Amino acid sequence: MSATVRDVPITAAAIRGEFPLLTNTAGGDRPLIYLDTGATAQKPQAVIDKITECYEHFNANVHRGVHPLHERITAELEASRKKIAAFLNTRPLDELDLLDDVSEIIFTSGTTMGINLVAQSWGRQFLKPGDEILLNPLEHHANIVPWQMIAAATGAKIVWCPLTADGRFDLDQFDKLLSRRTKMVAVTAMSNVLGTLPPVGEIVRRAHAVGAKVLIDAAQSAPHAPIDVQAWDADFAVFSGHKLYGPTGIGVLYGKLELLDEMGPFLGGGNMIDEVFDDHSTYKRPPFKFEAGTLPIAEAIALGTAIDCVQAWGWDVIHRQEQALLEACHERLEVIPGVTIYGPSVAHKGAIVSFTVEGIPAHDLGTSLAQRGIAVRASHHCAKPLHKCLGVDATTRASFAAYNTLAEVDALAEAIVNTQQMFFRRRG
Amino acid sequence: MSDRLDDIYDDHILDHFESPYHKGHLPCPSCAHSERNPICGDQLTLELQIADGKVQQAFFDGKGCAISQAAASMLCEHVEGRAVEELRNMPAKQMLDILNVPLTPSRQKCGLLGFKVLKTMLYSLDEPPAEPAK
Repeated sequence: MSATVRDVPITAAAIRGEFPLLTNTAGGDRPLIYLDTGATAQKPQAVIDKITECYEHFNANVHRGVHPLHERITAELEASRKKIAAFLNTRPLDELDLLDDVSEIIFTSGTTMGINLVAQSWGRQFLKPGDEILLNPLEHHANIVPWQMIAAATGAKIVWCPLTADGRFDLDQFDKLLSRRTKMVAVTAMSNVLGTLPPVGEIVRRAHAVGAKVLIDAAQSAPHAPIDVQAWDADFAVFSGHKLYGPTGIGVLYGKLELLDEMGPFLGGGNMIDEVFDDHSTYKRPPFKFEAGTLPIAEAIALGTAIDCVQAWGWDVIHRQEQALLEACHERLEVIPGVTIYGPSVAHKGAIVSFTVEGIPAHDLGTSLAQRGIAVRASHHCAKPLHKCLGVDATTRASFAAYNTLAEVDALAEAIVNTQQMFFRRRG
Repeated sequence: MSDRLDDIYDDHILDHFESPYHKGHLPCPSCAHSERNPICGDQLTLELQIADGKVQQAFFDGKGCAISQAAASMLCEHVEGRAVEELRNMPAKQMLDILNVPLTPSRQKCGLLGFKVLKTMLYSLDEPPAEPAK
């Protein structure tokens, strides 16, 4: 069942205890050291149980029938949608809109689909030749390629805002590039490689001053810090369930209702229509206009459970633990000869540490760490433009969550040193 | 655990990684082909000098992990002096045998990158070249 809010603050150790995979020693004599939350978070028992409960007790399609199973699963799905709306601090909607089941929360298959939806639906309608889409090198390919595709289709242009030397978002450069031609600023709330935290609220304020819309990619930030769409004044915000301790295959697009109402649909199909005639159709209002076909229903419901868990743990506990892990990781790795950490200082980033070790290709380091029971990611992390800026082909990334421990950071540092000893053993 | 690691990064792998055989370019290769392993960014180019239906010289160039680069180096050693027809029929298993280290499926992609470049190149040759006119 769903997690409950506790009177006493939970400890990081208790959070860890909720994750069966992290306490499971079945694969060997010790549990996995999982430092790859940036790729996907592990799942708490409550989320796993919720999916089972959906299929065992009230599996049916939603919005389509009148039998009790249908009523139950529709209620669960819409309850999850409301939880997500509250989690993102969306504004209260008009009473008449609520009677129409209107919502600013659209279920997608994940961040990638959310961005593609906005690029195709909003972009096709509002972008003209010469319009500019402003990106920066911190972006994941999911927040680059959909914009390149719609730019090619509409004649709009991609403009790149360079970073500061230490990998932070450069507001001065941003100001210079913003103009009346800027129609969309797509920016991450947290870099999946450097951990950089762009000043999202300030970016939105300056973009709005020239009439541009802003899409916030919160995929990486979602498990680490609140998404407050009102404080940000974001036009669109997207995230994935699986990085927020929820299931794969489900994600969320938030959009301001007036924008969503203006936009045409993305995918056509069942559930999104108002009327279907021989030669054309009319569409429902958001969110259903953008939810053609059957959703991953159990996943959408279990995402609500994941949000219950995060709220039960509390952002304070999550932030304190992650900050301690981040500081420890920098301290331990910075003193190892040959290790280079990329990006801003600890004060300007979230709990991600990407690094290289001189003389050891990232893929070999990743393999060596894996064999010592440590899961990291070693690649370009779907951010090739950023790696071009960094001047390296690949980095090794340790990404943390509140369920990680300081002992795991120590194990990472020790494993790097051991790998160096193994790799350079013949150098004497 | 560490003994398994030493298995992968055995001396012969590190030897080839640190002092590769025929890393560079041929002045006038008979054929050349490049591929990338998009997962980890390994890049590899293979160049062959073919005459009399045999590979006379093989050079590679590239960057990437120790496994992919060492494998390319070992492959260059292996193919020299061998008939194109024989290499066309070379199975992937043989390449893994040459590497002689235990690779997980994802690392096999690294170990077989050079092999893949070789096979693609040889299959794209219309016919075994350099059968000199009698």
